[in-house]
Amino acid sequence: MADRDIILCRCEDVTRETILDCIAAGYRTIDEIKRVTRAGMGPCQGRTCRLLIAQELSRAYGVPMEEVLMPTFRPPVKPISMGALADAWLEEHTGEAAVSGQAVPEEGGGAE
Amino acid sequence: MKKGYDVVIVGGGIVGCATAFELAKRGVKDILLLEKRFLTAGATGRCGAGIRQQWGSELNARIALESTRIFEELEEYTGYEKSVGLHQGGYLLVAYTDKEWEQFQKNLEVQHRLGIDSCALTPAEMKEKVPFLNLDGVRGGAFCQKDGHADPFHCTQAYAMGAKRMGVDIETYCEVTGFRTKGGAIAGVETAKGYVEAKTVINCANTRAPELARLVGEEIPVHAERHQALVTEPVAPLIDCMVMAFSRSYYVQQTPHGSFVMGIGPKEAPSHNFQSSWQFLEHNCAVMCEALPILRKLRVVRQWAGQYDMSPDANPIIGEAESCRSFYTMCGFSGHGFMVSPRVAIMMANHLTGQEDSLDIRRFSKKRFETGELLLEPAVV
Repeated sequence: MADRDIILCRCEDVTRETILDCIAAGYRTIDEIKRVTRAGMGPCQGRTCRLLIAQELSRAYGVPMEEVLMPTFRPPVKPISMGALADAWLEEHTGEAAVSGQAVPEEGGGAE
Repeated sequence: MKKGYDVVIVGGGIVGCATAFELAKRGVKDILLLEKRFLTAGATGRCGAGIRQQWGSELNARIALESTRIFEELEEYTGYEKSVGLHQGGYLLVAYTDKEWEQFQKNLEVQHRLGIDSCALTPAEMKEKVPFLNLDGVRGGAFCQKDGHADPFHCTQAYAMGAKRMGVDIETYCEVTGFRTKGGAIAGVETAKGYVEAKTVINCANTRAPELARLVGEEIPVHAERHQALVTEPVAPLIDCMVMAFSRSYYVQQTPHGSFVMGIGPKEAPSHNFQSSWQFLEHNCAVMCEALPILRKLRVVRQWAGQYDMSPDANPIIGEAESCRSFYTMCGFSGHGFMVSPRVAIMMANHLTGQEDSLDIRRFSKKRFETGELLLEPAVV
């Protein structure tokens, strides 16, 4: 098949051939392919490649695009520096409570 | 899927896949592994990937040591063509309090009795291992070079593909919906793809294991607890070892790919919550940037959540159901299942095939919560 050496995931340098090999090996979803190839795990988080991989899955398994399972979209939407996030936490918390991962300080507001 | 199997394993994480592999290796012919989604979709694929022998109880240290020896040769052991990504850069455990420091000395004695090559480090020696470590408040450390991390996806695939080659059937996207019993013993499994007869069932469904066991009348005192992690952009190698602290409850490692994977461990109420929280993102970064200020410059690429299958003494519950013969459960790994899975799978396979094992499976029975013979472990996150 032509175009096998085209890069589908530009962040992690994953070629179309690698994706087709995964499909040939029996992987059925973007989630599975992501875990063994790293496709979609780079800085753009699969914005380009997830649809391209979905196209390959759609073609290989003979299912419409809208039935191909999308992977979980995980935050943050854009890469953020750890320093900025740390400062946001330290603005509201002080002392050991701020720098220990053990206890969730009360003033932090309970999670859900 | 055939009409019936000698053994049906429920759960496609590393515990289920390794157990399938070890059983097939011992000549068990008809084995089926059922997975609701895909292999590693649950706790295995969300774990911190650490492999650590620096435990405080002899039992845990021994299981971890013997598991590490298998991880060291897992590709050859299973016939896997790719790498399972094992990197033995060591674990640096950081003590921030006198109490922790004293506990480290006791742990080291236990480890040395088993031949684990670990040692205590002064703050200056710690700085040599990790030049970027903030020594404020650091009392001392412990280090074991043979600790490290491996890729949970590839380790699980290695076991699964090895099992397949020996004839194990693996059925993914096939949820278990019920069990049939006959005369007090397991008879079969109801699945999304139909009914299969089973002479033995091994329930390796992690946090979902208690609800499956309940279907045959067995109560397992394990609950799900959310833990979160994140990964940064990849950068040039900065630290070779995992850095971890119990009192501040953090761990961080740089993967072979260059990204940093890390997490903190606040206790949460029981739930099957798989959502990521903004609070974790900020809190984790504050804790980690205090410990390793160089991380401030790195950007977070992705965060995710997974579940610990917590047991009352934070150690696994393994054994046959009291209410249903030949129905076994392996769960309750409480956040360290990945690193002990190779040895625990061997123990289960030896037990089911009547082979001798120097590890006594009865020690993991849930009966310990009645007799009080708990598996207490001072070195857990």
